[in-house]
Amino acid sequence: MPNHTIDPNNWVKLYSDYLFNYTITRVNDREIAQDLISETFLAGLKSMANFKGEASERTWLISILKRKIIDYYRKINSNKGKAEVRMGYINSDDDEGDWLEERVADPFDKTAEDSIENSELGDAIYDCLGKLPEKQADVFKMKTILGYDTETICNELDITASNLWVIIHRARTALADCMEENWF
Amino acid sequence: MKQSFLFISCEEAKHICDKAQYGEASTWEHIKLTIRLAYCRITQKYSKQNEKLTESINKAEVKCLNAEERNKIENQFKEELAKQQQNN
Repeated sequence: MPNHTIDPNNWVKLYSDYLFNYTITRVNDREIAQDLISETFLAGLKSMANFKGEASERTWLISILKRKIIDYYRKINSNKGKAEVRMGYINSDDDEGDWLEERVADPFDKTAEDSIENSELGDAIYDCLGKLPEKQADVFKMKTILGYDTETICNELDITASNLWVIIHRARTALADCMEENWF
Repeated sequence: MKQSFLFISCEEAKHICDKAQYGEASTWEHIKLTIRLAYCRITQKYSKQNEKLTESINKAEVKCLNAEERNKIENQFKEELAKQQQNN
């Protein structure tokens, strides 16, 4: 039975950071990630009638975003792929030498498993951040993720430094408890 | 009770611990925290949890939009939303 509602007025406030984190780990470019998020919100708006309420709004938006990311890669591959295939030296006549060693994975490079685990960890952190009161989440993100200094945040949000540290303390305590429950 | 020069309260220790996660605790604060950590289990537990959280955030390389980027997305979306509401 459908038990989730849809309200696009709150999408940017509630989900833009989560979608951004999801996208940036997959496309590695802030501008492209922002474009894909905008496209996702617009596509969601246009297909609101298809929302059945069986999944949460966030899950539904993520499913749209996943298709957008796939489309993005399809597009860039169709532009560049053919040319790059011909540049490979595997079929070349002069392939004697160190080619095999060049193909061995670098043990110090990030493995696919690491990347998947890190992206799941990021999702878990965002799940917990989503449970914080809005102001706590905002201050925490500015201080911890964006790396703004205390003075800048205090000026921007019109709070004192001691207020900031109280908010940070509450946010960190709640996040650590939530992560303890769901991840560690 | 008179506040000691070296011995700080649990609350102050937690505050220093938070600041230390952002590299904003002074050397003197680090010393006071280390002394408290030597005997206070609550501070030890808090400090361990706090460090674990910082490690996870660093490991996950979590990212978010800055205010300018979010406003840009929001303004674009609001325009489309207004258009859609006009049409309905």
